[in-house]
Amino acid sequence: MRIGSRLLALFLLLPLAALAQGKTIKIGVLNDQSGLYADLGGQGSVTAAKMAAEEFGNKVAGMPIEIVFADHQNKPDIGSSIATKWMDVEGVDAIVDVPNSGVSLAVAKVVADKNKVFIDSGAATSNLTGKNCTPNTVHWTYDTWALANGTGKEVVKAGGTTWFFLTADYEFGKQLEKDTTAVILANGGKVLGSVLHPLNTTDFSSFLLQAQSSKAKIIGLANAGGDTINSIKAASEFGIVAGGQKLAGLLVFLSDVHSLGLKTAQGLQLTSAFYWDHNDKTRAWSKKFAAKFNNRMPTMVQAGVYAGVLHYLKAVQALKSKDDGKAVVEKMKALPTDDPLFGKGSVRADGRTIHPMYLYEVKKPSESKGPWDYYKLIKEIPADQAFRPLDKGDCPLVTKK
Amino acid sequence: MTTIFGVPIQALFGQLLVGLINGSFYALLSLGLAIIFGLLGIINFCHGALYMLGALLAWLMLEHLGIGYWPALIVSPIVVGLFGMLIERTMLKRLRGLDPLYGLLLTFGLALLFQGVALNYFGVSGEPYDIPPQLSGGKNLGFMFLPNYRAWVILVSVLFCGLTWFVTERTRFGAYLRASTENPLLVQAFGINVPRLITLTYGLGVALAAFAGVMAAPIYRVSPLMGGDLIIVVFAVVVIGGMGSILGSIVTGFGLGVIEGLTKVFYPEASNTVVFVIMAIVLLVKPAGLFGRAT
Repeated sequence: MRIGSRLLALFLLLPLAALAQGKTIKIGVLNDQSGLYADLGGQGSVTAAKMAAEEFGNKVAGMPIEIVFADHQNKPDIGSSIATKWMDVEGVDAIVDVPNSGVSLAVAKVVADKNKVFIDSGAATSNLTGKNCTPNTVHWTYDTWALANGTGKEVVKAGGTTWFFLTADYEFGKQLEKDTTAVILANGGKVLGSVLHPLNTTDFSSFLLQAQSSKAKIIGLANAGGDTINSIKAASEFGIVAGGQKLAGLLVFLSDVHSLGLKTAQGLQLTSAFYWDHNDKTRAWSKKFAAKFNNRMPTMVQAGVYAGVLHYLKAVQALKSKDDGKAVVEKMKALPTDDPLFGKGSVRADGRTIHPMYLYEVKKPSESKGPWDYYKLIKEIPADQAFRPLDKGDCPLVTKK
Repeated sequence: MTTIFGVPIQALFGQLLVGLINGSFYALLSLGLAIIFGLLGIINFCHGALYMLGALLAWLMLEHLGIGYWPALIVSPIVVGLFGMLIERTMLKRLRGLDPLYGLLLTFGLALLFQGVALNYFGVSGEPYDIPPQLSGGKNLGFMFLPNYRAWVILVSVLFCGLTWFVTERTRFGAYLRASTENPLLVQAFGINVPRLITLTYGLGVALAAFAGVMAAPIYRVSPLMGGDLIIVVFAVVVIGGMGSILGSIVTGFGLGVIEGLTKVFYPEASNTVVFVIMAIVLLVKPAGLFGRAT
């Protein structure tokens, strides 16, 4: 009788245990769903992840794929507690996107502790593959070093030798300012000053006046999303550009340009890893994406989520297993990357995905042929120059070898 | 060059002016809130959402009907004001006589509702709205470049604040209003339709919010979150000025704008929190607010 009830209990528990360990691949899209970064990732990233799963028929190595999502509200504590709950209770195998550098560093640590997989697309800080790198992190789309090296270098070379920064007051802004400053100094420029503004500021006029009185040739915007939009708008209103100073948007997304309108945004130079109108493959995919997503074209973050998930699924397929996060990421590093959006490339030992970056300029209203026709290509930064050299990042994974 | 605390005095003038501009919006918005609370006892949490609706309506009219800024400045507040009256008639009226908390919960719910619906259709980044051609450009004042539109904002806001203060404090209509909040039964006995007066006042307060929304549209983006970002600060303004005090909210609105502007120069990191620090200090020293009467 006692043995019988124990057996019964065992049978009852078995399916539960199987569920928790999971024969489903669960991918969690963790990003800002409602705040200032929601348009550059948000639900669009969820759509992108689902499109990647569909490429595999929603099934890999016999395991069905499930995509879940949550809003981290740009708060590191909320982000890491969702990540913990996902991995401990709900059997999530990989966390993707995670814009906001502050949140991404917190999540990277949690994911490494639980030995799952973290594929970041939305966050910028180069520390993710630098001093905070983990064997479980892949950083797909861009980083502060690449942005500084793209826009920053180009602007200094074109004569923009003195800078003043408007910097978002958290990890991302500070890192972007630091990386850009290094590029400016290396190219013979000078930084005259900077001001740290709180995240999600509505009115930038006060900061712009400070930038104006610094007499710097270039006002560098080390911020993102809504903050960048508001700074550019105020700058145009206060006649900053007309007064001879130039803006350098260090991180500008397609959704920002859309919201600014070409009239305000024209002439702005920016560095991007992806633009929908780049070639036939990106156009075809982007049109498919737009059809599923309110006719909005994808940002580079959303494109990166698609490509990252695709590569993750390839690695799982090759391994035929998903449970050991470190092994999956190692496989991702061993397999060359190849997708319609970023082309052929690789994931480096420190977790950095290597692909070309592009320097674009925002078109004049007269040059634009229709909605979302916003960028013209200035130059391509080849993959081997686009990112920080492997030995310069202080990533413990690299120095160990 | 003369400097104050290491900042050139010229630059300081510019900052003061910029602070005044932001203060204008605080004043315009808190004015509506103060009227609604002071005269009706409703804590109108959907004020920010209605401000956003005002701006959004202006954008929709421009985008789909080709109606520009100037007509929108009049049409949008009227439409949103009527909508506000509808809210008052159908929902808020039922809460009269109950604890103000019920009104707060209802209007908070409404705010989330409006914001959520707008987010679904327009996304967070918002839509661009151009400055009307008559007001684009600006003047060089020597110490700073003042965009014409911002000068216009200060002007209109001062005008409206003065007008509202005058109507409520110095006219017969205002006297009726104040009397009906003191003793609705008695005023009704004199033959004044108090419920209608209340609906009208709520509509007026809401129209002020929508008006501020249209004023703000060319400066900020027309975005679903524009009200939500501002409303908490505006509530702080009302609390500091003294709940329901019209003069208080006007003075504090402008004053806080300036203080916030100066914080952006001397310690920018704290510019988002300085208003709340002041609120805490005022509440400790003078719990009824700077201009409020302790009851």
